This record gives sequence, C-alpha cells and structure tokens, in this order.
Amino acid sequence: MDILYKIFIDPFMQMGGAPDLLVQTLWEGLVAGMLYALIALGFVLIFKASGVFNFAQGIMVVFAALTLVGVYDLLRGAGVPSGWLAAYLALAIALGVMGILAFAVERVVLRPLVNQPDIILFMATFGLTYFLIGFGEFVFGGNPKRMIAGELNLPSGAVEFKMAGGFVAMQKIDIAAVLIVSVMVAGLSFFFQRTRIGRALRAVADSHKAALSVGISLEQIWVVVWFAAGIVALTTGIMWGARSEVSFSLQIIALKALPVLILGGFTSIPGAIVGGLIIGIGEKLGEFYWGPLLGSGIESWLAYFIALLFLLFRPQGLFGEKIIERI
Amino acid sequence: MRAPDDSLKTRIGDVLLAVEDVSLAFGGVKAINGVSFDIRQGEIRAIIGPNGAGKTSMLNVINGFYHPQQGRITFKGKTRSRMRPHEAASGGIARTFQNVALFRGMSALDNIMAGRTLKMNVNFFWQMFRRGPAMREEIEHRRFVEEIIDFLKIQDIRRTPVGRLPYGLQKRVELGRALAMEPELLLLDEPMAGMNLEEKEDMSRYILDVNEYYGTTIALIEHDMGVVMDLSDRVVVLDHGEKIADGTPDEVKRNQAVIDAYLGVAH
Amino acid sequence: MLYREAGQFKTNYVDDQAVFPIRQDRIGIAVILAVAFVGIPLFGSDFFISAVMVPLLVFSLAAIGLNILTGYTGLLSLGTGGFMGVGAFACYKLTTIFPDVNIIIWILVSGFFSCGIGILFGLPSLRIKGFYLAVATLSAQFFLDWAFVRIPWLVNNNTSGAIEVPSRYLFGMPITGPMAQPEVRYLVVLSIVALLTLIASNLVHGRIGRSWMAVRDMDLAAELIGIRLYRTKLLAFAVSSYYCGVAGALMVFLWYGSAEPAVFGIDQSFFILFMVIIGGLGSLVGSFFGAALIYGMPIILKAIVGLVGLQISPATVEHLTFMAVGGLIILFLIIEPAGLARLWQVGKQKLRVWPFPY
Ligand SMILES: Nc1ncnc2c1ncn2[C@@H]1O[C@H](COP(=O)(O)OP(=O)(O)OP(=O)(O)O)[C@@H](O)[C@H]1O
Ligand SMILES: [Mg+2]
Repeated sequence: MDILYKIFIDPFMQMGGAPDLLVQTLWEGLVAGMLYALIALGFVLIFKASGVFNFAQGIMVVFAALTLVGVYDLLRGAGVPSGWLAAYLALAIALGVMGILAFAVERVVLRPLVNQPDIILFMATFGLTYFLIGFGEFVFGGNPKRMIAGELNLPSGAVEFKMAGGFVAMQKIDIAAVLIVSVMVAGLSFFFQRTRIGRALRAVADSHKAALSVGISLEQIWVVVWFAAGIVALTTGIMWGARSEVSFSLQIIALKALPVLILGGFTSIPGAIVGGLIIGIGEKLGEFYWGPLLGSGIESWLAYFIALLFLLFRPQGLFGEKIIERI
Repeated sequence: MRAPDDSLKTRIGDVLLAVEDVSLAFGGVKAINGVSFDIRQGEIRAIIGPNGAGKTSMLNVINGFYHPQQGRITFKGKTRSRMRPHEAASGGIARTFQNVALFRGMSALDNIMAGRTLKMNVNFFWQMFRRGPAMREEIEHRRFVEEIIDFLKIQDIRRTPVGRLPYGLQKRVELGRALAMEPELLLLDEPMAGMNLEEKEDMSRYILDVNEYYGTTIALIEHDMGVVMDLSDRVVVLDHGEKIADGTPDEVKRNQAVIDAYLGVAH
Repeated sequence: MLYREAGQFKTNYVDDQAVFPIRQDRIGIAVILAVAFVGIPLFGSDFFISAVMVPLLVFSLAAIGLNILTGYTGLLSLGTGGFMGVGAFACYKLTTIFPDVNIIIWILVSGFFSCGIGILFGLPSLRIKGFYLAVATLSAQFFLDWAFVRIPWLVNNNTSGAIEVPSRYLFGMPITGPMAQPEVRYLVVLSIVALLTLIASNLVHGRIGRSWMAVRDMDLAAELIGIRLYRTKLLAFAVSSYYCGVAGALMVFLWYGSAEPAVFGIDQSFFILFMVIIGGLGSLVGSFFGAALIYGMPIILKAIVGLVGLQISPATVEHLTFMAVGGLIILFLIIEPAGLARLWQVGKQKLRVWPFPY
C-alpha cells in the first residue's frame, strides 16, 4: 500500500504543494526536450532525404562543437586575439569543416553503399561514429573543453521570475536555446515547404526520378542534407556545450535523440519537436518526482522506457501512418 | 485443353476451401469487395483479372496474411471469419509469391528444408547435440527434400545461396519450398511471370505433375491466358475487387464482362 | 596437402549433412584444437596466454552470442554489454552465496540469468523491428548499466562498487582469483568456449538455425510457411543472451579478476557488434576472426608504432584505434558486407580449384 501511495499519490501532492518547483522542472524539461528535438531534427533531415538512419548525428554534434572550440584555440595560438573576432572566424571554419564532412561522407560512405539494405547503411554510420570520435580526439585532444559561449555573444547568467507562489529561475542561455531552436525549426520547415531545393529533397524521399527531374542530382542532395544536418549539429553543439562542457561524454546525451525519433517518427519535423518535448519533460518529471523512489539516476534510461511503452501501443510512432506490409 | 469430362469427375472432389462474401479494404482502397467462390479438392483453379484486381490480396486472405473486414472462409469444413498464418500453414496451405520471397541468404537446399519446419519437432536439447533423434529427423527430411530437388531438376544449385540464382530458378526453388510443406492446397501467385516460353513450359509441366501425382489442389494466379486455358479446370475472374465471372475456361473466355474488363471498357 | 573434395563421395546424407563435409576441414579443426588445448598451454608465454588468448576467447564467445541474434536472426542489438554484465553479476552472487558449488557450474548457470533478462527485453520484438528494436535494446543497456551501479547488493555492498573475484578451486587447483595460473584459466575458458561453439554450430545448422535465418531474410514468408515468428525471435534472444552472459562471467572471473560496472557499458556493446560486423554477420568462424581483429588492432597498432620507432602516447594509439576500427567497419560494409568469414570462404574456394583459376 505504502509503495502504491508513493507512486501514485505522493508525487502529485508534491506537485500541488510546490507549484513553483513544478514549473521549474517543467522548464528544465522543456529546454532539454528542445535540445533533444534539435538532435533528432538532424536525424530526420538525413532520413527524409536519403533513407539513412544516421546514428552518427549525436557524434556530429560533439564533433562540430569540438571543432569550433579547437579551431578557436588554434586561432589564438596563431596570434588572433581572443574575443568575438576569433570566435566568429572559428564558427565560419567549423561550418566549413561540416561542409567538408558532408562531402566526404557522400563520397566515401554513401555512394559506394547506395543500393545496400538500410541496416547496412545504419551500421556504416556506427563506423562513422567511431571514426569521428577517434579523429576528433586525435586532432583536438580528449580532455573536456569550455564552450566559447561568451565570445559568441551568447548570454549567461540567470533571470528569476516570480511565479506560482515562488521563484522560477531560468538560465539566459536556455532561453536563447529555446528561441534559436524555434527559429531553426521554422526555418527548416520553410525550407522544406517553400524552396525549390527543399521540395526536391522531399521528392527524393518518394522517388529518385522526381528529384532528377527537378534538375538536382542525388549526390548533390545528399551533400546538401548532410551539410544541413551538420549545421543543425553545430547549433546543438554550441547550446549543449554552453550548458555543460564539450567532450565526447556528450554523446550519451545525444543518444537520447533516438527515443525522441521513435516517438515522433523518422520523417516528421513536428514529430521530432513533440517527441523531444515529451521525452525531455517526462524525463525531468520522472527523475524529480519518482526518481528518489528508485535511488535516482533513472534519467539515464527513463527516456528509452517511455519510448518503448509508446512503441508497444503505436509501433509506427506518434505521427507515422500505420503501414500494412505487403508480400 | 486438358481434362476431358469423365476424368474430371473422378479427379475432382468436394469443396476444400470456400470464401464467402469477403471484403477487404486498405484505408479507402477497396481491394476486395464481397467476393465468393470455392476451390474443390484436386482441381486447378485459376484466379485471373487485370492489374490491381485484388488477386494477390485474395491469396493473402486465404492464408491469413490479410484480415478481411467482412466475410467467411471455410477450409476443410471449418468456418472462420479469418485465417491465421500459422493455422493456414499447419492446415496444409502453401504458397509462392508474386515477387519471389525466398530466404536470400540461405542455400536452395536450406530454403527447401525450411519448408519442412512444421513437420520437424525434435526438441531443443537434441538439436544442441545434433545427434540421435535430431540427426535422424534431419536425414529423414533431407531425403524428402532431395526428392523434390530431383523432381524440379535443381540438383546442381543445391548449395548456392538463392540470392545469386537467376530469376527463373528462384521461382523453381520457391515452388520447391512450398512443395516441401506437402500442402493440400497450393497457392501460386504468377508462377510464370517474367519467364521465357521454355521456362513457362517447364513450370506448367511441374504444376500439372504436382496436381496429378500428389493430388494437390492448386489455386493459380496467372496473366498468360494461354497457360490459364491449358492448365485450369475452373477460372474465377476478379476486376476492381469484384468477382465478374466464374466457370470453365471456355465459359469465361466467352463472357462479355470479362472481355470488357480486359479491354478496359468503363463500367 | 591438397584441399580437395574430389574423390570424397558422400554415400549418404549423414555425411552430407555434417557440419564439415570436407575431410581437410575436419583435419584442420583437429589441428586447431590440438594447438589450442596442448600447444598453447605448453609453449605460450604467460603474457600471451592471459593477455591475448583468454580475452580473445571471451570476446569470441560474446561475438557468437550477438551473432546468433544479429547475424543469424537479423535482430540488431545494442545491449550486449548489459547482458554480459548480468552474467557476471549473477555468477558473483551465486558463488558468494553458495561458495561450495563448483565455479564452473555457476559460470554456466549464470548464463540463464542473462537469458531471462534477454527474453524480457526481447518481448517488444513481437511488435517492433529494425532500428526501433535497436533502440529497445538500448533501453536494456542503459537500464542495466544503471542497475549495476545503483544496486549495491549486486556487489555484496563492496565499498569499491566492483566485483572482486574470490578464489575458487577445481580438483584443489585455483582456477579463479589471484592465485590461478594463466594456463589453468585459459584451459577452463577454452573448454567452455569450445563446448558452446560446438553447440552453437549444431543449432545453426539444424531446424532452429534455418528458422532464425528465415526470419532474418524474409520474416513474412517465414510466417507463412509455419515458422512462429515470436517464438523464433525469443529463442534467439534467449540463446544469444545466454552466450553473452557466460562470456561476461568468464570475462570477470577468468580474465579481469575484478570489474567495475563501467566494463559493461555501451562501448562494450559496440565493441562486440563491430567484431560481428567485421567477422561476418551470420558466421561462427567469423566471430573468432572479428574478435581477433578488433581486440588485436590496438596491440598490432602499438607494435607497428614501436617498430617504426615513433614516440606516440597511449592515448593517441587509442584514438588511432578508434579511427581504424571506424574506417574498417565502413570499408568492410562496402567491399565485403559478409566480413572476414566471406574472405575466408573465397580463399578456400580458390584453394579448392587451384591451380586452375576457374
Ligand atoms: N498492403 C497493402 N496496403 C495498401 N494497399 C494495398 C496493399 N495490398 C494491396 N493493396 C491494394 O489493393 C489493390 C489490389 O491489389 P492486389 O495486389 O491484390 O492486386 P493484383 O490483382 O494482385 O494485381 P497484380 O496483377 O498487379 O498483381 C491494389 O489497389 C493495391 O494497391
Ligand atoms: Mg498480384
């Protein structure tokens, strides 16, 4: 009985008793969720256009962030004064690196594997993951680094709001993250719905011929989406990096995008957002209110369990259509 | 034209399978709409119709892969609203597919052996050691499978992974896998699609042999009218998910609705 | 000695259904077993035995386990590390609660615990496939990771939070713990791995193996010929995680000597998966090749670095290993998706028709 009480009654009593804490938790869930969604967005971009489930998206986030910080250090070493100039130069170079990466991936990985089963391509992205980890650490070293958030003119510090009978503190960087993610999502939706390339990209998902008829080759499209995913990764990397630090241990967090995808479906941008929010908020609420029952730390697997539960009832995800297999 | 009337009477028995008033829809698409027909013991029953008529869907309903929203299926005297794949398989319904559905990574021999799975029942323990009953069972079924391999003349490709075989041979291996189930009712979905004349003749021979020697009942989807006329005892014609004709090949050939459907006359 | 099947006519199906129908193959296996059981313990150095052979065997066993699930049945799993952990912790609990029962028995029994957990996490495989299932297995991995750290009972409340392997004996000889000789540990591992490999080989060559592969290649057709998908998949989960569990127990008890939960993390899962991919999906020999290549790579890299006379830090070697492994995975998927095992087959085929190229 006692345990039932602790599971089903007590947490809600706590929520009602201290609504400001609840709001705080919800806010943190929202921020985390937005960032998960952003990583998931990178997956969706690539999956939509090339049918590749890119496991390396999480690593691309870390790799992009690491490149940014690493290049910044190199620039300073080369005599560029610290500050916004070096930071923005580094940003430009990091973007260039992501472009080269997109190009290289298309050349070395995708093109030779074009007609292979999906699962083979999926596993090829494991290879990419490990290669990028090794390469990143080889070039920039393995120790954690500080994100150059201030140099990029990102805000720091917190603001407090008086709310729900108490105070809710929000990190300015989190507010910025939420805003940037929103802008990014709106931009990508616009890109897919309204621009020529964007429509071509969607066409590729349906038929390769359609894409060719728009006058864009498959190879170009792949490079474009991987580059777009690289930009998303860089953005995500900056935001995550600003909240903690830049190191390859971030990849564990990046993996959380997988349950998000499962919820939202592999091809839906709104799905990625909603999935991200469900996972982010569910995870924070679970950890805060139910975690103590299990000795805390349940954040590390809760997201996967939430996704698994959904999956059992809706194998096609929240937004996916039910497909009846043919034979 | 085969089967003069008297031999037909002795060869063909009672109703083995009957579908009544079956309807199946995918979302808004009506694939099958209130279709009824039966298949008699020992006959070769052709199902024909233009593309998208619902023929494949019908076979899928019969062996439980699709679940119709409406209708009844009576198989060997037992009536149900839908089949289950496993029930169909263990009840003796085997199947080949329009787009070859072999186990691509396995050899031809293993594919056909897989068709024996339902007849094999030695438990896990003996399987672990591959001795005693497990080995005896394996040998016994291997012998049966070798007969099929001889029958289909595919001795020299036994050990080849089927993914590497040419299309015509794949179709033959697939027939072999279905035969390995020792089916009472064999469903063939366009067994001759994409074959040249010679291969078609071979395949026709196999189908007739299976029907004659083993007495297996066969339901056959085929677009080649010549083949249908030669092989089948009775033909059911589907169009846009509806049954538009049912009868002997000759009757069907003269049926105005059938002619219209094939010439694409609007209804 | 020529590698030929000519003249070896099979007069009955018993011989033809044998796992190794060609005589030279059987001789080869006998030679390998003789070297492994007699040659290496007699002539191998302690370092070679305990730092090369034992780990290699342990990883091979884990790779066989994962191969059964992923290579034979086509169910991608990222939870291997977790399942290995279950075996290790189960073995530890069993041998500390019942110290008098022989440790070898407990190692073999501990596999059943991970077998149970494997089945539990395999349950969703009824409804979900492919990438989705891979994510489901990740939930097993992260949940188990968490449980190993958070449940101190699992390590008998050791303050270190790690498994500390006690000394256990067989015929009065220490086989686990600090006093165990490398040769003895090696022989125990080898015997278990050899036995389980034989069983795996028997399974995959019979009805069960064919059902697994049928589900992998075309699950819908498999269902329509009467293979019960769910049972077949769950059996694959069960057998696979049994193997991983035993491998985990061997790893801690006969190799590491003590182990923290971190050993069973997601990196371990990937490590084993890479062995399977590089060795060859759906090949038992390949599991050994893959284990040798992936485990051997850093050792080889270090050796090369040493030979060239470069001064490179161990960290850099590790980074290079990562790059090499990642690159190899991609390379293998491109040129030979069936992995090293396929290259081995091709080599044998060449030998069979030698000296004629066709
Ligand atoms: N799994 C499915 N999901 C959605 N629609 C389906 C599915 N299977 C069949 N259909 C639809 O049902 C209709 C009938 O298809 P079916 O494959 O049965 O036709 P068919 O007579 O076999 O045609 P063909 O001669 O081209 O093989 C078609 O419109 C098809 O698109
Ligand atoms: Mg069809």
